[in-house]
Amino acid sequence: MSLLEITDLTVDFDTEDGLVQAVRGISLELGEGEILALCGESGCGKSVTAMSVPRLLPPDTTRLSGSVKLDGRELTTLPESRMRQIRGKDVSVVFQEPMTSLNPSFTVGYQITEVLRRHEGLSRRAARDRAVELLELVGIPLPARRIKEYPHQLSGGMRQRVMIAIAVACSPRVLIADEPTTALDVTIQAGVLDVFRDLRDRLGTAVILITHDLGVVADIADRAVVMYAGRAVEQAPVTELFARPRHPYTLGLMNALPSAAVNGRLAEIPGMVPSPLTDPDECAFQARCTRAQDDCRRKRPQLEPQQPDDHLAACFHPGGQS
Amino acid sequence: MADALAVPVTTGRADRRRRLWRRFRRRPMPMAGLVLVAGFLLLALLGPLLTGDPSAQDYTATLAPPSGAHPLGTDDLGRDALARIAHGAQVSLQAGVLSTLLAMVIGIPIGLVAGFYRRWLDPVVMRLVDVTLAFPFLVFAVGLAAIIGPSLKGVVLALGFSQLPAVIRITRGEVLAIREMDYVAAAIADGATDRHILLRYVLPNCSSPLIVQATVAIPAAIIGESTLSFLGLGVQPPTPSWGVMLTTAQQYLDVAPWLAIWPGLMIALATLGFNLLGDGLRDVLDPRSGR
Amino acid sequence: MILEIDNLVKHYGQVRAVDGLSLSIGQGEVLGLVGESGSGKSTVGKCVLRLTEPTSGGIRLDGRDITHLSRRAMRPLRRDVHMVFQDPYSSLNPRFTIEQIVGEPLLHHGIASRREAGGRVAAMLEQVGLRPEMRSRFPHELSGGQRQRVGLARALILEPKLVVADEPVSALDVSVQASVLNLITDLQREMGFSCLFITHDLSVVEFLADRVAVMYLGKIVESGPTAQIFAEPRHPYTQALLSAAPVADPVRQRERRRIVLGGDVPSPVDPPAGCRFHTRCPLAYDACRTSEPALTDPRTSGHPVACHLVTADHVPDAAVNR
Repeated sequence: MSLLEITDLTVDFDTEDGLVQAVRGISLELGEGEILALCGESGCGKSVTAMSVPRLLPPDTTRLSGSVKLDGRELTTLPESRMRQIRGKDVSVVFQEPMTSLNPSFTVGYQITEVLRRHEGLSRRAARDRAVELLELVGIPLPARRIKEYPHQLSGGMRQRVMIAIAVACSPRVLIADEPTTALDVTIQAGVLDVFRDLRDRLGTAVILITHDLGVVADIADRAVVMYAGRAVEQAPVTELFARPRHPYTLGLMNALPSAAVNGRLAEIPGMVPSPLTDPDECAFQARCTRAQDDCRRKRPQLEPQQPDDHLAACFHPGGQS
Repeated sequence: MADALAVPVTTGRADRRRRLWRRFRRRPMPMAGLVLVAGFLLLALLGPLLTGDPSAQDYTATLAPPSGAHPLGTDDLGRDALARIAHGAQVSLQAGVLSTLLAMVIGIPIGLVAGFYRRWLDPVVMRLVDVTLAFPFLVFAVGLAAIIGPSLKGVVLALGFSQLPAVIRITRGEVLAIREMDYVAAAIADGATDRHILLRYVLPNCSSPLIVQATVAIPAAIIGESTLSFLGLGVQPPTPSWGVMLTTAQQYLDVAPWLAIWPGLMIALATLGFNLLGDGLRDVLDPRSGR
Repeated sequence: MILEIDNLVKHYGQVRAVDGLSLSIGQGEVLGLVGESGSGKSTVGKCVLRLTEPTSGGIRLDGRDITHLSRRAMRPLRRDVHMVFQDPYSSLNPRFTIEQIVGEPLLHHGIASRREAGGRVAAMLEQVGLRPEMRSRFPHELSGGQRQRVGLARALILEPKLVVADEPVSALDVSVQASVLNLITDLQREMGFSCLFITHDLSVVEFLADRVAVMYLGKIVESGPTAQIFAEPRHPYTQALLSAAPVADPVRQRERRRIVLGGDVPSPVDPPAGCRFHTRCPLAYDACRTSEPALTDPRTSGHPVACHLVTADHVPDAAVNR
C-alpha cells in the first residue's frame, strides 16, 4: 500500500464566472521516501491537487470529490479538528513565498518551537534544542544564533530553509512543496533542493514537489506527473519520462525550453489552454496538438500504461515508441 | 489556488461593469445602503415638488401629531413636517454634494501634483495638510460664519475645506502607489509629458478610492450641515433644514417628540445608507478582490 | 556604438545598486545582462531609459550624452530607445485599449494624430502576431503572452535604435515564453534594433544574445561572446551560475559537477572589500580579500574578466580547487 493515495479527485471552485473545474479527476500514489514532481503550466491544477491533501483550499467556494488516503485513512471526510492535528504533523507544506509565510512579529526560533510544542508536546527547553538541530539540518549556519532572529533579518534563501525546518519539525510523512525555489536565485536554489534530497535520505520524508521548472524536476524528482487542464496527461519515472516523452504536451514543454532551440528557433505550442469552465468529451489538448486526429475530438483518452508499464500517458497517438 | 483562476476570461468594459454589479448585488448590506441612498435622493429631488409650501403656517394646527392632513405632524408654527423634511433633504443633499465636490475639485489636483512631484512639492503640501488637520473644524466654521454670515454657502465652504485634507491624502497616497507602476514608466519611455501622465494614467487609476471617499464624505457633510444649522451657524430659519428642525424640536421634546424624531431618523438613515453603500463599493472596487 | 556606458554609478541612499559599470552595445547587437536579484541589473536598464538619474558616470545613446538630461530634454530622444517590462500585468495602463497603448508613442512624438495612428498600430499589432480585433480590447482581457506582445508593439512602433528588455519572459509559462522569445528574435532580425536584454535566466541569454555580461553586486565580473562564455566561463561566479542552473535532462543533470556556493549575496549597502565575490568564492585567497580585481582581458579575446586568478595562461576552475 502506498503512503498517500489520491483517487479520482475532482476540485471545482465556485466563482462569479461559474464553476471553475480546476482538477478533473486525477489519481496518483506517493510511496515512502519518494519525491514526486507535479508539473505543468499555470492553471493546470497542480497546486490545487496537492493542496487538497492537507485541505488547504478555501472551504466556502471549493467543491471536492474523490478520495485522499494517507496510510489508508480517508482525509476528505475527516472533521476539521482531526485535520488540524494532521496538518503540520503528518502532512506539512512549504510555500513559494518565504517572506509572507513567516510571521514577521516572532523570532524564527519561536515559530519552530511553537509547532514542536503544539504537536509533539515538547518542553520549552527540549523544543529549543530541537529547533537548533532542525536549522542545522536544513543547512543554516550558526543555528543557535539564528533562532533569536526575526524573519526580516534573513535572506530569501535562509527564510525558505526556515520554512522547510518548520515544515519538517514534526517529521511529517508527506511534505508538500509548492514552487519552493521559484522565488530564489539559481545559486541559492541548488542548496535548497539539496535540503529536500537530504531530508528524504535521512528522514525518509516523501515529497510532493509542485513546479513548472523541468530542470528542477530532472534534478531531484524520482517520478513525475505532467498535468494539463486539470488532468494528468503523463506519468513516469523521471529518467524514463525525459528519455521517451509520450504525450505531445510533455514533448512540447521540453522542446519549448530555450536550451532545446533548433537552428535558433524554439518549438512553440500553438493556441491557448481550454476554458476551465467547460469540459467536452475530447482530448483537452487536441486543438493545440499536431498529432490530433478525429478520434481525439470524439473521445477523451484515458491515462494508460505504455511500454514499460510504469510509464502512463493519456494519448491515442503516443510518440516516442522507439 | 490562484493559478486555477489565472486563465483569462474574455470580457469587455460593459461586461466588467456587469460583473461588478453582480458582485455588488449579492451583498445584502450594500444593497440596503443603495436603497436608502436612492430613497434619500428621490426625497430630495422629487419631495419638494410633491409636498406643499414648507413655510405655510397653519395656526389651527400647531404642534399637531401625525394625521391624515399632516402625515408627520406639524411644528410650533403649524408648518407641515413632511414638507419641511422633504425640503430639508434638498438642503442636506446640496450641502453634502457641493461640499464634497468642492473638496474634490481643489483636493484632487493638489494631491496629484504633490504625489507625483514627491521630492519638491510633497513635503510642503503635506505640512500644510497637517496644519489644516490640526485646526478645529468648529472654530473655522464659526469664523467663516462671522465673515460671510451664516448661510448654506458658508456651510458648504466650511465642510468643503474640512474635507480637503482627507481628499489630498487619499489622492496622494494613490499617486505614490501608481507612479511606481510599470505603465507609468512605460508612459515616460513613450515620451509622454507629465501633464498627460497625470491626467490619462494616474488620475483614472486612482478613482476607486476617491469614489469610496465620496460615500464617506457626503454623509459626514450631511451631519455637519445639521450640526452647523442646529448651532445657528448654517442655514437660517425659516429655510427648512434637518438641523434647523432639530433646534426647534428641542423646545417641544415632551409635547411633540415626533418633531425631533423625524429629522433625527432622516439624518441617521441617510448617513447609514451612504456608509453601507461605501463599504460595498470598497469591497467591489478593491483591486485585490480581482479585476 | 548605439549605447556606451562608462563607469556608471547609481546609489539609492546607502544602497550601491550599480557601482562602476561600463559596457557598450553595437548596432544591431543583443547584449544579455545576467545577474541574480540584488545585482543591480534592472537599475542599469532604468538608467539607460533615464527613468532615474545616475549618480555618476556617463551614458551615451547613439553618441549623445544623456546622463544628466532633464526630463524635457530627454523627451525627443525617446524615439530612439524604449523598454519592455517584466510584469505583463502592471506594465499596461488598465484604462487604455490596446490600440491606445500601442499608439501612445506616435502621439507624443507628433508622428501621427490619433486617427492616422490607427493604420500604423494595426500594422505593428500584426507584426507582433496579434489579431486585428485585439485593438479594441483592454489589457485585462488578454493573456500574459498577448500582453507581452502588446508591450513589444509599444516598444517597437517608433522603430527605436535600442530596446531595453527587463526580464520580458520570466513571468510567462514555458510554452508562451517560447513563442515570445521567437518573436523577439524575429523582430530583432527584421528591424535590426540593438537590445539590452536583462535577465537572470542563462538559458534565455544563450538562446538570443550575441554577447553576455555577468553582473555581481553592482559590477560586471565577466563579459564576452555568448558561445565563449558558455563554453569557457572564466570567472568563478559565472562558473557557479552556469553549474547551478539545472538542465532538463535527468541523466546529464545528475552527473554534472556542481559548484554550490556558500552563504548569501552580501548586502549592496556594505559590499565586501576587495573582490566582491570573495565571501562566496571557493577559490578566494588573501589578495581577493584586500584588493579589488579590475575588469581586464589578459587573454585578449574580447572576453574580459574581473578576477585575480585569471591570467594570460591560467583560468581558475571553481569546481576543482575546493
